[in-house]
Amino acid sequence: MSETAFKSIRELPSARLLGTGTPMCAGCGGLQALHQIYDILGANTVVVNAAGCMTLLTTYPYTPFPGSWLYTAMASAPAGAQGVRDALDLRLAKGIIRPEENLDVVVLTGDGAAYGMGLSATSSAIERGLDFIYLCYDNEGYGNTGQQSSPATPRGARTTTSPLGHPGRKKDLFAIWAAHRPTYVATVIGSEPLDLARKIEKAKNLKGPRLILALSPCPTGWDFDPMATGEIGRLAVKTGIWPLKEYENGQVSHTKIPSARLPVEAYLSKQGRFAHLFQPARNDALLAEIQAQVDDYWREVETAHG
Amino acid sequence: MTRKLLTGNAAAAWGARLARADYLPAFPITPQTEIIENLAAWIAGGEMDCRMVMMESEHSMITAAGAAAASGVRVFTATSSQGLLYAMEMLYAVPGMRAPFVLVNVSRGIATPTTLESDHNDILAARDSGFLQIHCATCQEVLDHTLIAYRLAEDTRVRLPVIVNMDGFYLSFTREPVEIPEQAAADRFLPNFDPETTFFGAGHPVSQAVIVLGSSQYSYFRYETHLAALQALPAYAEAAQAFGREFGRQYQAVETYRSADAEYVFVMIGSFATKAKDAVDRLRDAGWRIGLVRPRLLRPFPAEDLRQALAGKKGVAVIDQNLSLGKGGILHAELASVLYGQAGAPAILASFIGGLGGRDISPEEFYEIAAETRRAAEQGVTPEPRLLYSDSELRQMRKLQAIAHAQRKEKP
Repeated sequence: MSETAFKSIRELPSARLLGTGTPMCAGCGGLQALHQIYDILGANTVVVNAAGCMTLLTTYPYTPFPGSWLYTAMASAPAGAQGVRDALDLRLAKGIIRPEENLDVVVLTGDGAAYGMGLSATSSAIERGLDFIYLCYDNEGYGNTGQQSSPATPRGARTTTSPLGHPGRKKDLFAIWAAHRPTYVATVIGSEPLDLARKIEKAKNLKGPRLILALSPCPTGWDFDPMATGEIGRLAVKTGIWPLKEYENGQVSHTKIPSARLPVEAYLSKQGRFAHLFQPARNDALLAEIQAQVDDYWREVETAHG
Repeated sequence: MTRKLLTGNAAAAWGARLARADYLPAFPITPQTEIIENLAAWIAGGEMDCRMVMMESEHSMITAAGAAAASGVRVFTATSSQGLLYAMEMLYAVPGMRAPFVLVNVSRGIATPTTLESDHNDILAARDSGFLQIHCATCQEVLDHTLIAYRLAEDTRVRLPVIVNMDGFYLSFTREPVEIPEQAAADRFLPNFDPETTFFGAGHPVSQAVIVLGSSQYSYFRYETHLAALQALPAYAEAAQAFGREFGRQYQAVETYRSADAEYVFVMIGSFATKAKDAVDRLRDAGWRIGLVRPRLLRPFPAEDLRQALAGKKGVAVIDQNLSLGKGGILHAELASVLYGQAGAPAILASFIGGLGGRDISPEEFYEIAAETRRAAEQGVTPEPRLLYSDSELRQMRKLQAIAHAQRKEKP
C-alpha cells in the first residue's frame, strides 16, 4: 500500500465520531471496527442498513451517527443505496444541492444479509457499477437473533441451530465479491487498526463499488469474555484464519502475511463455540481438517507470490 | 391536447412522462413491461429527462423507489402480480418513510396456478400496506390518475405512495382513444416536487425508517400514517377538482352510474365495471331501476360516499374479481363493514365472485346477478355467495381433466 496518511498507529484519528451508549453488546467486534471506519469516512455519509444487530444503533429518537441513516430491509440495502445515490446525483445535476452537500453512500449489513439474503442485491449493485461502500460486519452467524448458523459460519462452530457443530464451510464472500471485478474489496478486522485505516482511506478515495468485509469477534455468539475481543481478533490473523487482503485492478494482495502462523487451536480453543472440539474428547480429525484448510490457503498464496 | 389511440400501458407511461418523473427503478413482468419499454425509449430518445435503473427484483425496485423518494426526487415505477407480491415486504415498509411516489400496478391473477391474465388478488394483497390505491376503468383514467396520484401523494397532508391500478390485458393491451394533455397544462396541475425536509445531504442529517423500542411509539407512528391516509379523501376531492378545472374531465372518489334513482346496484372496481354499465343500460331498457357504483379510490376507503350512494337501495350486488380463500369477496367484506348498522343501509348485500384469471363476465350473468339480488330483496333473505362458473366452462374443464388423466396413464 502507498500514499497513506496513516504511517503509524499514532496517526490514526483520535476523535470518536460515533456516539457511545449504543445497544451493542459489550466487546462487540463489529462496533469496534465500525468506530474506526466511521472516524475515517466521516459524517458526510448516509448509512444504508439491512436488518441485523446494528439496526439497533439508531433507535428512535437516538442515533450515534452525526450523519444520516436509512434502514431498509434484510435483503435490499444495496438497492436502497442505489436509490439514495441516484437521487443525490440527480439533485446535484439539477443544482438543487451543491457539490459540498454531497454524501458518500455506505451500506452497513451483517453476514446474514451479506452472505445470503442480500447477495443478489449486492451482486446487482456491483454489476451496475454503483458508487458506494459496502461494509459487512461478519460475526459468522445470525447474531441479532442469538447466533444461528449462517452461510458465514465456519466449519465446526456450535450455534443454536448447529448444536453439534456447523457441518458447512464458510462461504468465500471475498472471492464472490472480487469475481464481480468491482473497484475495491478488502478484508479488515478491528484488532488491526492500522491495516483497517489504510484500507478505508483507500476505499474512501476511490469511486465505484467498494466492499469491506470485517471479521467481527462476537462475545455473545462465539462465547468468550468481552475483554478478549482484541485478542481473539489478533489470533484470527496470527493463525491465518482471517487473511488480511485486498482486491484491486484484478489482483488480490495480502496486506499482512503472518510470518510464523500459530496453530488454529490457539484461536479455536479460546471460544466456547469450538469447545466441543476439545472437550470431553479432542476431535483430532476435525481440528486437522480446519488446520489443513488454513495451510492449503496459505500454500496457494505463497506459491502465487513466488 | 392530442387525442390518440393508446393502450393502458402507454397511457401510464404518458402519465409518468407528463409528471416529469425524475427516477425510474424498473423490473419487467407481463403484462406491465410495455410501460417501462415506452419510458426507456423516450429517455433514450431525449424526449424525457429521467434516470432509469434496471433492478434485479421488485423487492429491490421498491426499496430503491422508496429510498430515492426519501432522498427528494420524483419517482415512478410499475409492476404486476407476482412482482407486487415479491415486493410485499417493502410495500409495507416504504409508506412509513412518508416519501411519496407513484407505482402503477397492472393487475394479474396470482399463483397457484400461474396465470398471465387479470384479477384483483394481487393489488388487494397490498390493501393494508399504507399505499393509497386508485382503481382505473379506462385508459384515459390511467393517464389522468397517474397525474392525480402525484398530486395526492405529494400533498403535505398525505405524503404517502400511491398505487394506480389497471387490469392486465383488458386495459394494459387494449387501445382506447386517450386525450394526452399538453405538457404546460400538466406542469400547471403538477408543480415540481418539494420534498420539504425529507432528503439526505451534508449538514442535514436525517435518520429514516428507524426502529422503535416500545409499543406506544409504534402505535403512534402507525396511527399517524393511517390518519395521513384518511387525509387523502379531502385531498383527492381537491386534486380531482383542480384536474377538472385544468383538463375538463371530472372525477370523484366513487363513480355512480344511473344509481341515483336505482333500486338495485352493482358494485365493482376496475375495467369490468364498463361491462356492468352496459348491463345497466340494457336492464334499464327492460324496465329495471338499476345502476352501478364503482369506487375509484380503495385506499383510503371512501366510506361516506359509498354509504350515501347505496342508501335506501333494495339490493346491492357486489361483484368481486378476487377471492379471499376461505372467506370470499374482499370488496363485499369491505362494503359490509361500512354499511352494517347504518341508517338507510341496503337490506341485501349479495356477493358474487367472477372474472378470476381474466374470465369474462357475460351480459347474461349480469342479468342473472340482478335477478338473484331482486329475488333476495323480495324474500328478505341474503343469498349465499355465488362463484360464477357456467355449465359450458365446466364441460370444457372436464374434457381437459380427461386429457390430463389419460396422459398420466399413458405408458411412455
